[in-house]
Amino acid sequence: MKDAATIASPAPSVPAAAPASNSLWRHGRHVMAENPVTGIAFALFVLIALAALVGPHVVPYDPLASDVAAKLQPPSPAHWFGTDQLGRDIFSRVVTATRLDFIIAVTSVALVLAGGGLAGIAAGYFGGWTDRIVSRVADTIMAFPLFVLAMGIVAALGNTVTNIVIATAIINFPLYARVARAEANVRREAGFVLAARLSGNGELRILLTQILPNIMPIMMVQISLTMGYAILNAAGLSFIGLGVRPPTPEWGIMVAEGAANIISGEWWIALFPGAALMLAVFCFNLLGDGLRDLVDPQRRT
Amino acid sequence: MLAKIGRRMLTVIPTIIGVVIVTFLLTRVLPGDPAIYFAGPAATPQSIADIRKSLGLDRPLPVQFVRYVEDLVHGDLGNSLSTGQPVVTELASRLPASAELTLLALAVAMAVAVPLGILAAVRQGSWIDHACRVIATAGVSLPVFFTGLLFVYVFYFLLGWAPAPIGRLDVFYAPPTDYTGFYLIDGLIDLDAETIWAALKQLFLPALTLAVFALAPIARMTRASMLALLTSDFVRTARASGLDNRTVILTYAFRNAMLPVITTLGMVFSFLLGANVLVEKVFAWPGVGSYAVEALIASDFAPVQGFVLTMAILYVVLNLAIDMLYGVIDPRVRLEG
Repeated sequence: MKDAATIASPAPSVPAAAPASNSLWRHGRHVMAENPVTGIAFALFVLIALAALVGPHVVPYDPLASDVAAKLQPPSPAHWFGTDQLGRDIFSRVVTATRLDFIIAVTSVALVLAGGGLAGIAAGYFGGWTDRIVSRVADTIMAFPLFVLAMGIVAALGNTVTNIVIATAIINFPLYARVARAEANVRREAGFVLAARLSGNGELRILLTQILPNIMPIMMVQISLTMGYAILNAAGLSFIGLGVRPPTPEWGIMVAEGAANIISGEWWIALFPGAALMLAVFCFNLLGDGLRDLVDPQRRT
Repeated sequence: MLAKIGRRMLTVIPTIIGVVIVTFLLTRVLPGDPAIYFAGPAATPQSIADIRKSLGLDRPLPVQFVRYVEDLVHGDLGNSLSTGQPVVTELASRLPASAELTLLALAVAMAVAVPLGILAAVRQGSWIDHACRVIATAGVSLPVFFTGLLFVYVFYFLLGWAPAPIGRLDVFYAPPTDYTGFYLIDGLIDLDAETIWAALKQLFLPALTLAVFALAPIARMTRASMLALLTSDFVRTARASGLDNRTVILTYAFRNAMLPVITTLGMVFSFLLGANVLVEKVFAWPGVGSYAVEALIASDFAPVQGFVLTMAILYVVLNLAIDMLYGVIDPRVRLEG
């Protein structure tokens, strides 16, 4: 069904870029107006990006400074989100953590976009052995429950934040490789590719200058849809004690730190980082749906 | 029929080979010295050298691989460093706890999600449709460990309905006689209502947490496939022939709509087996997931490797079972092969 949709929608050609971007903008406004949820998700995204960018500089307290005299305080005007068992300000920690969670998600998605995307394009365009190898690797990864595989990878590579990024990228590999493969495969014999080949371009050049730019919109949707999953995955790994070490502020580990206090009723320690995590994932999922409407109107629900 | 099942089972073999190769590669080829991993944090150079020799790590890779496979065939996944027990026995003794939790959660999720999806499709645009959409989007956005903690706070701390999240049974109860390892089934065999009730109370929150997580994809898929079928020709014909609404929806549309839902179950299992680890950590559930987490924290590598392999093989087998189920539900698959 997706293939049919992509064949039907003509691939934007390079010379028509300027008017196309203008109509894309108008189309974007139309989609926003029709679906206000996407607008809200976009506003939320700007807020998260802002928190990641300047958050650590504007928070009211040092996220690492403990103040035992003020420990386990419920939310108050002085401490908006309360304080944890060491008296650290939870609001400052939640805001500061945005940057780390954001960096983990962005780098792992960039990594898998480069690795999985290129492997998938090559598989779809060249077919044959390239296709067989890439598909077999993707199938083998998919044979594992993905979170369990990520645990195994982090355990084998070593317990660091870098390896959480790598593990998250690896478990997303099949998704990217498959989408890129299907999209490249459809365009293999497209008119503009044939024209490029006829004018004497090498295969690799066609792959990078003709196929790659044309499947980027679809890949952008994929990025937005997997970004939320990448954040969830990374937070899950740090919740079970992998990667991020205390006292580093990170949403997953902060929820883990507050878990013990839930039973005695100090809900705020786990609630606020958990809610931040949830909002971020929610935002990316909604944004992904909105972006899909924008790029591929035929699949709009 | 038997030949067909046999042929389908053969297709699992390349997948299993791939899984075994990956778990082997995870330990042997990656940067770092596996002997150091297996020796644990408190190792001396002498003990590391001993382990390297005893694991055959001084041999070439293909030889190591053959040895690894030989050990697997004999059911040997190595020993845990922290407990000294063989990994296989520990995994086997903890698997029923995880299986009971996961299966109950799946049953609850199906029981809620399928009717919800059907209602959402039949009354498209109504409040139940909107509720279905909100639940489906929220379900995939909620970190499962966070929902678990929220439930603990609400049902244990605020309302006092659920017991403290500390394992499969309250400390005052003795576990039932061990027939299957599933407390509910063992309790039933012994006709011990009190133990069943106690076990159910402990199961309630973790199962609910996992169910909320699994609900979203099932409800979304049921709704989508029901919607597609309700506009199809044969449903229109059935309606035109004067069949009542109930028969049309349940007999005509529903049975066909279940096919894509069953297919989604494969993906749901992938999520569930992963989420299980997190839920077991939140509820101190003595299953395979918390075993792996404890081993991970202690840098005890053999249990982690055994856990990853067991989960992968379990997942492959579950997918196989789903395929077979597909054949039972859809006669066309059975005939065509």
